[in-house]
Amino acid sequence: MIEVSVRHDFGAFSLDASFRIERPGITALFGPSGSGKTTLVDAIAGILRPREGRIVSDGRVLLDTGKGVFVPPRARRMGYVFQDTRLFPHMSVENNLRFGWRRAEVKASSEEFSRILDLLGLEPLLARRPAGLSGGEKSRVALGRALLASPQLLLLDEPLAALDDARKSDILPYLERLRDAAKLPMFYVTHSLDEVTRLAGDLILLKDGRVRAQGNVFDLLPDLEFARSAGIAPAGAVFAATVRGPRADGLTVLAFDGGELIVGRLAQPIGAPLRVRLRAEDIMLALEEPKAISANNILPATVTGVQRRDSSAEVQLLCGGVKLVSRITAASLARLGIAPGTRLFAIVKSVTVDPQM
Amino acid sequence: MLTPAESEALLLSLKVSLVAVACALPFALAAALLLARRRFPGKPLIDGALHLPLVLPPVVIGYLLLIVLGTRAPVGGWLLAHLGIRFVFSWTGAALASAIITFPFQLRAIRLALEAIDAGLGQAAETLGAGAFDRFFNLTLPLVLPGIVAGAITAFAASLGEFGAIITFVSNIPGETRTLPLAIYSALQSPGSEAEAARLSMLSIALALIGVTLAELADRRARTLVGR
Repeated sequence: MIEVSVRHDFGAFSLDASFRIERPGITALFGPSGSGKTTLVDAIAGILRPREGRIVSDGRVLLDTGKGVFVPPRARRMGYVFQDTRLFPHMSVENNLRFGWRRAEVKASSEEFSRILDLLGLEPLLARRPAGLSGGEKSRVALGRALLASPQLLLLDEPLAALDDARKSDILPYLERLRDAAKLPMFYVTHSLDEVTRLAGDLILLKDGRVRAQGNVFDLLPDLEFARSAGIAPAGAVFAATVRGPRADGLTVLAFDGGELIVGRLAQPIGAPLRVRLRAEDIMLALEEPKAISANNILPATVTGVQRRDSSAEVQLLCGGVKLVSRITAASLARLGIAPGTRLFAIVKSVTVDPQM
Repeated sequence: MLTPAESEALLLSLKVSLVAVACALPFALAAALLLARRRFPGKPLIDGALHLPLVLPPVVIGYLLLIVLGTRAPVGGWLLAHLGIRFVFSWTGAALASAIITFPFQLRAIRLALEAIDAGLGQAAETLGAGAFDRFFNLTLPLVLPGIVAGAITAFAASLGEFGAIITFVSNIPGETRTLPLAIYSALQSPGSEAEAARLSMLSIALALIGVTLAELADRRARTLVGR
């Protein structure tokens, strides 16, 4: 759907990144501060004119420095949600929302308009001025304003970075609803692993201006090379699950592609989708199924890879269709004779599971 | 309350200042946009030259105007011969002198208001489909409007007090170029008119006070608009 290749210099820093985004959903552009994420997004939006590059969106060439093609930002149909929201201070929320809508080539219908207002809970804010809004409200208005311009791609530059944790958890459900309801691809810049875990389908790792990894989050996150390169510690796997139901003892049962996972009490209704993150150090390994053990989850798995590092080892597992990773000592690895192909049991304590709500 | 001659001076002052401010405003806006948004060689020099009326003795401005626009001067002679426009000894000349003297007040206020606008807003408007004119009229102008108003009011109040440039360029003609300060000066020159001079001075003080207060209010409005 969009094909990007950009080269640009800022003094000693150079950006040289190429990638494609093929499908709707959220692609996270993940990387530390100063890795060139915003520069890349600015180039896609057309705010920045890179030294060299080519950007093609849905077959339309937006930039081709070789052929002298440069489509100005106003004609690109890229929805941009800025980190500092950039709401127009002299306009009401409603006029902010209508700004891009009025100027859109393909105008959203009034049903679509009210659907987006509804999705983001903007109706009660319409008459207010940006200066009177809370941080979270501003973010929602900025999201709505970008969406109502009927973009082909939505660019979100750390939309939650300016918010405190409480406000973040207010906005995240809106972003999830948007991801699930909208059919447009979203390019989500972040340096927060939590946001990646919770929202992203695909991930591009940008470091020092270069793309270091790209792929599906469920494949990439348990990958140790990736975790090291992305500076993610502790490493851990992420997978999708649904709520199967509460148990009489107060615990909640989740269903996932490797069976069932019993976790602490969750408020979500039966059938609700969520994502689970399991840290490598929270998974114990056993060659035989333990009988008398306090842990609630004993998941049969197969070893797909082993990596030793000093006195510890990281063991990659496949549990059903889900990739997991476990960190044990090198001594345990040797004692149990764990190698690729070993069939064993992954033991997970319910209290260590981190379901992302 | 006021004698006919005094009200004449007051009304003339208001007319001269209003015309001066209105005529200088488009130029001040253009110059402010140039200085706030563009980089070009010789910018500090242009910047300085535009602020010159602030520090130059007004008499010098009047003298320069006389040299350029006097009826026997090249430009002034041409204007009179071909367009029938005469500035000297006319209230329009007084307005021109005031416009030049108070131009820096407008320029400065508009420029500060322009520079206070977050450049990111323009980028946001661009990604939402707004072209250059669209952005100017729907974003820049409304955001800078309180600055324009504040500058215009300050310039108006300052213009009411202009003396040196007017008396040098267009002389002190009752009903034509005798504005409030010139009327005060004339009253002080004639024995027995101390009361008149005092009344007109009080009037000037009151007008200046009103002007400065209004300018301050406009400035505050500007600050809340751009969110500072």
